Amino acid sequence: MNIFVLMKRTFDTEEKIVIQNGKVSEEGAEFIINPYDEYAIEEAIQVRDKHGGEVTVVTVGNEDAEKELRTALAMGADKAVLINIEDDVEDGDQYTTAKVLAEYLKDKEADLILAGNVAIDGGSGQVGPRVAELLGIPYVTTITKLEIDGTNVKVVRDVEGDEEIIETSLPLLVTAQQGLNEPRYPSLPGIMKAKKKPLEELELDDLDLDEDDVEAKTKTIEIFLPPKKEAGKILQGDIADQVKELVSLLHTEAKVI
Amino acid sequence: MTRKVLTLAEVRDGALRNVSFEAIAAAKTIAEGGEVVSVLVGVSVRSLAAELIHYGADRVLVVEHEKLAHYTPDGYTQALQAVIEQEKPEGIVFGHTALGKDLSPKLAAKLQSGLVSDIVALEEAGGNIVFTRPIYSGKAFEKKIVTDGLIFVTVRPNNIAPLQKDESRTGEVTDVAVDIKDLRTIVKEVVRKTAEGVDLSEAKVIVAGGRGVKSAEGFEPLKELAKVLGGAVGASRGACDAGYCDYSLQIGQTGKVVTPDLYIACGISGAIQHLAGMSNSKVIVAINKDPEANIFKVADYGIVGDLFEVVPLLVEEFKKLKVHS
Repeated sequence: MNIFVLMKRTFDTEEKIVIQNGKVSEEGAEFIINPYDEYAIEEAIQVRDKHGGEVTVVTVGNEDAEKELRTALAMGADKAVLINIEDDVEDGDQYTTAKVLAEYLKDKEADLILAGNVAIDGGSGQVGPRVAELLGIPYVTTITKLEIDGTNVKVVRDVEGDEEIIETSLPLLVTAQQGLNEPRYPSLPGIMKAKKKPLEELELDDLDLDEDDVEAKTKTIEIFLPPKKEAGKILQGDIADQVKELVSLLHTEAKVI
Repeated sequence: MTRKVLTLAEVRDGALRNVSFEAIAAAKTIAEGGEVVSVLVGVSVRSLAAELIHYGADRVLVVEHEKLAHYTPDGYTQALQAVIEQEKPEGIVFGHTALGKDLSPKLAAKLQSGLVSDIVALEEAGGNIVFTRPIYSGKAFEKKIVTDGLIFVTVRPNNIAPLQKDESRTGEVTDVAVDIKDLRTIVKEVVRKTAEGVDLSEAKVIVAGGRGVKSAEGFEPLKELAKVLGGAVGASRGACDAGYCDYSLQIGQTGKVVTPDLYIACGISGAIQHLAGMSNSKVIVAINKDPEANIFKVADYGIVGDLFEVVPLLVEEFKKLKVHS
């Protein structure tokens, strides 16, 4: 089976956001594989181990993403591809990223493409379904279970806490929701092996794309931090009195009840 | 510049979801005096059209087909494509719900359009419609504009106020005939796991539990409190990882990002990842045994105490309040 995973490098969830010169500062920040993409990588590896084939992890970004790609290889992916658009595209959006990925994937005859359902930085959740549409294949988002039998696929999809049982077929794109699996940590032998696994680097030229083909349709004009919350009121006294006071405050002061 | 703007109405359990009205309010701003047309998709949904008009839609288009009984990306795309070809809108607004999140990128790709997802505010400024949306799960915000083509956005539930309901408003309701074929994903079954239909992303009140809840049974008083307040139950990652509840309840940077009017955090320490998912709630109450817990730093009101003592007392007090009001 020919399996691809769409991966994004993101800020570590522990990081605080600092804005410098109108942009989110990356200085000193730790980066990780987008947590939802980790589920996608894990699932891809499990599917390959069961059905055979190869797992290729693809990312669109700059050369810094090589570290996260090596981590994916250390987890057990077979190949990695970095599509480096840094020199060609200044301000891409999801239209840009999806177009680049679809152009790369269009002649790869992928049976299964996996991605995270959302990236924890930009948080748009657009790229997976956009890529599926551009490739002309079906997709299911926020999946928590995947069963493949020949070309038939059964998927459990999380829909705001309820579950949909969906039947579909390969080729297919799915996006991972938490609960799909428990991503493995790279093992030491895995890390050693990853150093020798192929990591291909491509640019827009290699995909026969111009900057104009992938020009963003939207633009960020400002980034700002939410107003700092003032420290609240810690209630005092007997617990029963505190509860009474709280209910009264919610009713008369905060007016939310 | 006036624009014609389409909104997708969403139906759950035979009723319109609130986000349908919030989408109309957003569409009015984008339309700048132009027409707002709401689209109802499904089976036997026509009777809901009047309510959309009461909330500000100028017209309603109804797309009914037996293959639209369940949402599927292929079915809904065909339905909306038919509408878009007929109406040629300059703007589209969906809710940023499970359905909207799933469908909007596909439609945007098909229309070769941009898409600004998950907006929490919008305004006309300097000749543009400027959209505000959270990034890094609410640790920061960005303002975006559309630079090319269609203005397509999804609105986060509970953030944009619906227009005042006006039952005297009238408007045209028309059917759009579609042929729905070749569905490549089929919904075989829907398993209801959420209680009483109060969805986390739309809930006005959320009662959330953390490791301090100690067990699956420990969530019972929280459920009771949520029920009294007409709210939903959520959880921290700690509680989910410990197996006290389903991951679908998780609130945080991984998990759901919520902005209810009232968030009651019970036995939640307040890790930065959890705060990212809830700190933009309007009012936050923290109940925790540990006075040093991080959650108190974002809470408007705090009670230092045992949640198993505090929560049942809260249930009683809120019940009393309900009787009196």
